[in-house]
Amino acid sequence: MEKQTVIDKGKQLEKVSCYHCGETCTSHDIHLEEKYFCCDGCKTVYEILNAHDLCTYYELEEQPGLQLKIPTSLEKYTYLDNPEILDQLADFISEKEVRIQFHIPQIHCASCIWLLENLYKLRPGINFSRVQFLRKELSISYDPSQIQLKEMVGLLASIGYEPAIHLGNQSTKSSHNKELLYRLGLAGFCAGNIMLLSFPEYLGLTAFEGGEFSRFFPWLNLLFGLPVLLYSAYPFFRSAFQGLQHKKLTIDVPIVLGILALFGRSAFEIISQTGAGYMDSLGGLVFLLLVGRWFQQRTYDSISFDRDYKSFFPLGASVLKDNQIETVPIHKLKEEDVLLIPHEGIIPGDGVLLSPNSYIDYSFVNGEAVPVTIEEGEKVFAGGKQTGASIKVRLTKKPSQSYLTQLWNHDSFQKEKEDSLGELANKYGQYFTLAIITISLIAGAVWLWLDPARAAHVFTSVLIVACPCALALASPIILGNAMRIMSMAGMYVKDGSVIEEMAKIDHIVFDKTGTITYAHLQQVSWDGDELSDADVSSVYSLVQHSTHPISASIKTFLEKKHPQILEVSDFQSVKGKGLAAKIQGEEIRIGNADFVNLNKTQALLRTHAFVSIDHQVKGCFILGNAYREGLKEVITDLGTYAHSLISGDHHGERGRLRTLFGEETPLLFQQSPEEKLLYIQDLQKEGHKVMMIGDGLNDAGALKIADIGMAISDNNLHFSPACDIILEGNEFRQLADWMRFAHGSISLVKVAFVISICYNLIGLSIAVQGLLSPLIAAILMPVSSLSIVGFGLLSTHLKNPKRRK
Amino acid sequence: MSAIYVLIGFSLLIAIGFFLSFLWAVKSGQYEDDYSPSVRILFEDEKVADRPTSQANQKPLDL
Repeated sequence: MEKQTVIDKGKQLEKVSCYHCGETCTSHDIHLEEKYFCCDGCKTVYEILNAHDLCTYYELEEQPGLQLKIPTSLEKYTYLDNPEILDQLADFISEKEVRIQFHIPQIHCASCIWLLENLYKLRPGINFSRVQFLRKELSISYDPSQIQLKEMVGLLASIGYEPAIHLGNQSTKSSHNKELLYRLGLAGFCAGNIMLLSFPEYLGLTAFEGGEFSRFFPWLNLLFGLPVLLYSAYPFFRSAFQGLQHKKLTIDVPIVLGILALFGRSAFEIISQTGAGYMDSLGGLVFLLLVGRWFQQRTYDSISFDRDYKSFFPLGASVLKDNQIETVPIHKLKEEDVLLIPHEGIIPGDGVLLSPNSYIDYSFVNGEAVPVTIEEGEKVFAGGKQTGASIKVRLTKKPSQSYLTQLWNHDSFQKEKEDSLGELANKYGQYFTLAIITISLIAGAVWLWLDPARAAHVFTSVLIVACPCALALASPIILGNAMRIMSMAGMYVKDGSVIEEMAKIDHIVFDKTGTITYAHLQQVSWDGDELSDADVSSVYSLVQHSTHPISASIKTFLEKKHPQILEVSDFQSVKGKGLAAKIQGEEIRIGNADFVNLNKTQALLRTHAFVSIDHQVKGCFILGNAYREGLKEVITDLGTYAHSLISGDHHGERGRLRTLFGEETPLLFQQSPEEKLLYIQDLQKEGHKVMMIGDGLNDAGALKIADIGMAISDNNLHFSPACDIILEGNEFRQLADWMRFAHGSISLVKVAFVISICYNLIGLSIAVQGLLSPLIAAILMPVSSLSIVGFGLLSTHLKNPKRRK
Repeated sequence: MSAIYVLIGFSLLIAIGFFLSFLWAVKSGQYEDDYSPSVRILFEDEKVADRPTSQANQKPLDL
């Protein structure tokens, strides 16, 4: 028995990871029997699941859960009770059944699917639920007489799957994908059959069979060729036409010429019974080109790159009218409405605080790292997150006219970025098209002089063989695969052209709060006499009684020293100054310099909290930004780029940032969203290609106007403003690797261009001699295309920085 | 040799059959999520008869 306990103790000292989420546990205090948890949140989820026989969740995957440190309050979902909002969200509503789709970014594994599809066991009233994994959606059907939407959301939140609720469906995306699949399927079907029917031709059997079959098979081929030309190849006609309308010779123009030449020539040969035609090449060509498109179009349905401020706000707010609470959709809020904002709620419009005081976290709106204390009667601004108990706010402006949303009226938000899919291919495509048209005309003219009967044959042969199928495939395949590789590592790129832009960047602009620092982590350090264990316990017990964000940071800092909780008497909290109390007969005060009777003449930039025990100042806690791990390495690694730092916060961190970024880097502080935007614009006017890396609403303008806007997101539930790339926070340290990867991918595209030009030269040399036969075309075209596909997939795979490590 | 016409006709019919089933598969959304079905098929069917008591004892979750 004794031995057993010794082993148990030894086991406890080992590093244990949370049974629910797999995080390393900082203490071993939270456990149920043998199972350890990193926090109470995780334990609660386990208890809920255990009580409902849902522990299969833990058997399907190891530690499938997600950390749930901050319990979500149901209060902020009060607006879901509003029938108008329910109406907008739900797909189907009747008295007995409501069907609704939630977007749940946390869905990530088999266990998630299992648990979410077994929701009905957790709560009566849920009829069924089904996961759409790739889109990270959950469709639920429930009985509204038994469970309300708000409770439904609360239930999901309680097990760690809080849905991201915003309006606007992405169903248009899926129908677009379906259309491409139809075209692809049809092209594949026709190409396969045409090839089968062309076999006698390949084997030279036409002569053997005589006239009958040599007429019948080509006619069937013509029949199969028609839908390929009319339906499957339609996207190429459309984009070539669009390009011409903008007076641009895109890569699609020679493709369309090639397709038309293939079809026209084949139809002529078949109808005039002079040959077998090139229908097999046509089918294969269109099929392969569509495969390339499909490869690039497999986008991330679950990620939205084009969000504006509206999706940051809740859909509705609680309004106080004649002492009654009413939920009102956001767009119906008026001036003078009195709003009730719950804990963790977001203020939807500019207004005046009516409650005694509150702490408001503006880090997302203006980059200020430390939440501000707002007194009664002071102004609050839209987008602030309320961190205290619920407050009342009287609106002074409608949500759409607030200080924050004005940014969206700027010119740069009015015009859409031009769709520049495959810019690189199009740049070379121009010259290519001109070259082909010239060559075909010259060859045709020369043959007109040599042998007029074959001139048309040579002219069409050149157009057919020069069709830049391999060239057109190179960039979708390589960039599409590069995007896939990046997304597996947590970097989501909007489309292939973004990678092309990435390779051109020469100046990187960083935002501070939330981008190079952790948004909600404050680094606390102690400056002063060493505190005894008893003092640590006293200070810890004092800050326990305050909800102020600074107290919370100090509390987490002291927790590492395992303090005891002591009895506190005469507790007082002076707004904007500090805390005081009597603990074990000593008077403990924490607060600003005045509060502890310290004469400080110089202004302090970083947040200080002084501590005095029995009127003796012991020292102070200094709160600073916690920089992302590996920031120093990232900046050194990105040495070939020019940098700037542009922050909405005050310049308290200038010294540390100076050592990080070096002497030459411009460091700008207290910049408004508008100033950030203008700074980027100025850089662009100087001829720089700028990448902005930011995270918050205050960066939205800069992200939009920059050549590349990259949003850093620590929590995929979190709102991220409109941008081109979304990078997961923990991947930040790999940034330099990914920039190099983008460069490498573009070089690969260029190599692939050279290879495909070689194929074209071979083909052209055959065509101008008038020697092109259907068999040669049927071999040359697929070989060139498939070798480019193979090269693209293999080379990007070898370049993957993750693989190399 | 006219047997070829018949055979070609059959082979086309079969090919068209497959093509139509592909169209149906796309239409019904089978290509939209190619991950969850592969997982879903591995979930154990719950033996309802085994667990009547524990099901009955469950309290609805209070929220």
